[in-house]
Amino acid sequence: MALMRMPPPFETFYEENRDAVLRELRRLLGAQAAEDAYQETFLRALRAYGKLRHSDNLRAWVLTIARRVAVDQLRRRETSPPVAEPAVDKRPAYAELGELATELPRKERAAVVLRYGYDLSYATIGAALGSSEEAARQAASSGVRRLRRRMQ
Amino acid sequence: MTVSPALDRRFREAAAAAGLLDVAYDLTDSPVGMLLVATTDRGLCRISFDPIVDRATEDLARAFGTRVLRAAKPIDPVRRQLDEYFDSKRTQFELPLDLRGAAPFSRQVLRRLARVPYGQVTTYGALAREAERPQAARAVGTVMNRNPIPIVLPCHRVVGANGSLVGYAGGLERKELLLKLEGAIDNTLL
Repeated sequence: MALMRMPPPFETFYEENRDAVLRELRRLLGAQAAEDAYQETFLRALRAYGKLRHSDNLRAWVLTIARRVAVDQLRRRETSPPVAEPAVDKRPAYAELGELATELPRKERAAVVLRYGYDLSYATIGAALGSSEEAARQAASSGVRRLRRRMQ
Repeated sequence: MTVSPALDRRFREAAAAAGLLDVAYDLTDSPVGMLLVATTDRGLCRISFDPIVDRATEDLARAFGTRVLRAAKPIDPVRRQLDEYFDSKRTQFELPLDLRGAAPFSRQVLRRLARVPYGQVTTYGALAREAERPQAARAVGTVMNRNPIPIVLPCHRVVGANGSLVGYAGGLERKELLLKLEGAIDNTLL
């Protein structure tokens, strides 16, 4: 009756998955932003945990939450353009790219930033955006085309 | 890449502060050894001697819900009162208790037990009579043996009719130590 098994105490689940979650968030967001997202990920997991009635694939479950949190955070960055710019040479590639891509439709922009700013695979981007690998590839390439057209 | 202690602590504190936990627990040192102390939003629900943490958290999850997390802050009031008790600065605990995990008869006996004063002892038979089950001295013994909140619910103050210490789930040395601390040991016929 593996399907009906209750999940382990949250403490056990947390200890088993925290390093993997932080690793994934750093990959998606960079070290700094990953810390906020880490807390939010496990708070969201905790909110849902009481209603879980199985213990299958908890790692995949929490990584999905982490990716959603990361995407939310990237969207927030888009909607609140920085007022005071830090020195340009100190900014990571994804920030510059993010700015360059501000006028793209949301999905294209996320795909472009995740692909070329974070060097993520299309599979990961698809998972983060809640769509397929192929859809992520198409969004990124039509985003790049749009950018090219604009810069001409 | 591992999670830093600061990041870890921040999450645990946030989880407790947000009221998202069924049970918060922590380990605390004492003169009777390491204790695992657990609370719910209703009150203190567990004190365990010689805790095996994995087993304890599973018990707690079964009794109160799966959202069991180690967090220091919710435990602080209990820790403080235990320290005072062991420093002989406290003779009575003022802590809300959560006995939801106990059966009705156990709960009734444990509530009687809570009224046995510091430094005094009673017997299994006397507690059975108080619970209006005079034949149930043995059942009272079982309830004491499974007391979820020893020390605070003072099952160490319950002895045999002839004054012998009889037994203690945490080991007889601990029972003796607690009774000595309270100055009750002379009342028994050791």
